[in-house]
Amino acid sequence: MTAVATAYETIIGLEVHTQLTTRSKMFCACSADYSGAGPNTHVCPVCLGLPGVLPVINERAIESIVMTGLALNCQIAPFSKFDRKNYPYPDLMKGYQISQYDLPVCHDGWLEITVGGEHKRVGITRVHMEEDTARLLHRVDASTGEGYTLVDVNRSGTPLMEIVSEPDMRTPAEAREYLVRLRQILRYIGVSRANMEEGNFRCDANVSLRPVDAPEYGAKVEIKNMNSFRAVHDALAFEVERQARLLNAGERIVQETRGWVDESQETVSQRTKEEASDYRYFPEPDLPPMRFNEAYLERIRERIPELPEARYRRFLELGLSDYEASTLTESRDRADYYEAVMHALNVDRQRAAKLAANWTLGSVAEWANATGNDVASIPVSAERLAELIQLAEDGTITGTVAKQVFDTMLESGRGARDIVEADGLAQVSGGDELTEIVRKVISENEKAVGDYRAGKESAVKFLVGQVMKATRGRANPQVVQELLVEELG
Amino acid sequence: MSLSKEQVHHIARLARIAVSDDDVEQFAGQLSSLLDHFSTLSAVDTEGVEPTAHPLPLGNVMRADEPAPSLPLEEVLANAPEHEDGYLRVRAVLE
Repeated sequence: MTAVATAYETIIGLEVHTQLTTRSKMFCACSADYSGAGPNTHVCPVCLGLPGVLPVINERAIESIVMTGLALNCQIAPFSKFDRKNYPYPDLMKGYQISQYDLPVCHDGWLEITVGGEHKRVGITRVHMEEDTARLLHRVDASTGEGYTLVDVNRSGTPLMEIVSEPDMRTPAEAREYLVRLRQILRYIGVSRANMEEGNFRCDANVSLRPVDAPEYGAKVEIKNMNSFRAVHDALAFEVERQARLLNAGERIVQETRGWVDESQETVSQRTKEEASDYRYFPEPDLPPMRFNEAYLERIRERIPELPEARYRRFLELGLSDYEASTLTESRDRADYYEAVMHALNVDRQRAAKLAANWTLGSVAEWANATGNDVASIPVSAERLAELIQLAEDGTITGTVAKQVFDTMLESGRGARDIVEADGLAQVSGGDELTEIVRKVISENEKAVGDYRAGKESAVKFLVGQVMKATRGRANPQVVQELLVEELG
Repeated sequence: MSLSKEQVHHIARLARIAVSDDDVEQFAGQLSSLLDHFSTLSAVDTEGVEPTAHPLPLGNVMRADEPAPSLPLEEVLANAPEHEDGYLRVRAVLE
């Protein structure tokens, strides 16, 4: 960081657009699942904007946005309507987008974030419903060298939710954390896949600087084209530096839109509009307004699962560490799996909480990382994992063997007990059998035995390893070491 | 109420309609008289009256989230002046 002459406060607000996972589009019955489909194959007269058609609101999309609003501590408007946002651009066939202007479904909420151990509430200004646009591809005609544009209407008309935050964030790290928490909640309540790389969770940022204690905000710059959480963080960090440098040089910040360029790691001006936007919003005449009464809100509220923050706190109360509780609650699938394992264990509550956490964050997470799959699709059910943990816990098998058995369960789909019995993996606990193996190892490893007797204590580790090898991990290393020391005199 | 030439140009630009200077003269007059008609409404006392979001006494008109078949591609492209590989083709637009 270069030294700054004046101390500035950074002001960041975020606008997130996220696609809802409905089966059909927002205002027509075309399938909203167009991934992998050929261009313009999920298109009908309504989303094509043909004359004389009538859009009809998708009930499920409205339930989803209301659920989102409730999960984000918003007020739900008792009366809400759609408006037309007029603009001449071929990404919407009608020449306008059905959106919401002055009466969004949700307003005045908040989301709690934690950065560097500090808790903070970020205000949610509004959450409104609109339709997504068509996908445009920019091409160059090989024969004439002229540019042209191709339009795929499949995405057009799918339900899109816009979530606008208050300018409450002060650092790029806070902005990133806000996005992480927002995505987490949207996935918990199951309204959106919320995947930035897939393009169904998009973020624009507004950022400005002002001298510390200045009463007014500085000129704000809007940043677009950020396609990952990392890009959002890096673009904001770049922009904060850029604006501070300009202000220190006595220059003014131009209010404009800038695009983030991943390759060169910088924002560049996107000023192309010679005139201010003039959307001429007016109430959508094709769609009657919506009213939400308390009974409706209550029905939706009942369907909201325990949210990550509450779940995290509950996990802490089970005796888990901050790291364990926050990692386990990162996704609902993982937290669900963890709790299922815990409940299936027949040991005391606190021990069950710890054992289930160790396995879910250990071998289970390793499998998920290695295969790139969600925990939900693991071939070892929570109940079967609990059975395995139980075998290790009651001493039937050792911890080392338990991990091997888990791998075999993943590959074969067999149960833990079956594997242990069929493959003879039960712990070697009988003193005689183990003593015999220990003696055999001592007689076959003269050098190590000599080293140990000459005072090299670490040589015993080698011998323990040999015994473990001879028992294929079925012995308790602690017991083996004790036996060895005893036998070696 | 009379519209300026600049306002007429602005409206024409928003509607992507090319207008000549003669057109602007003519439209300025016509659009102004249209606005005059509407200004009659301004005379009505609307104190305490809620804005109307929709003229019909309807609300919560929604459909179940059930997908139905879309149009065959040939029909989607039938009205398009140009298309290419299943896409609609239009003049270059700036992002």
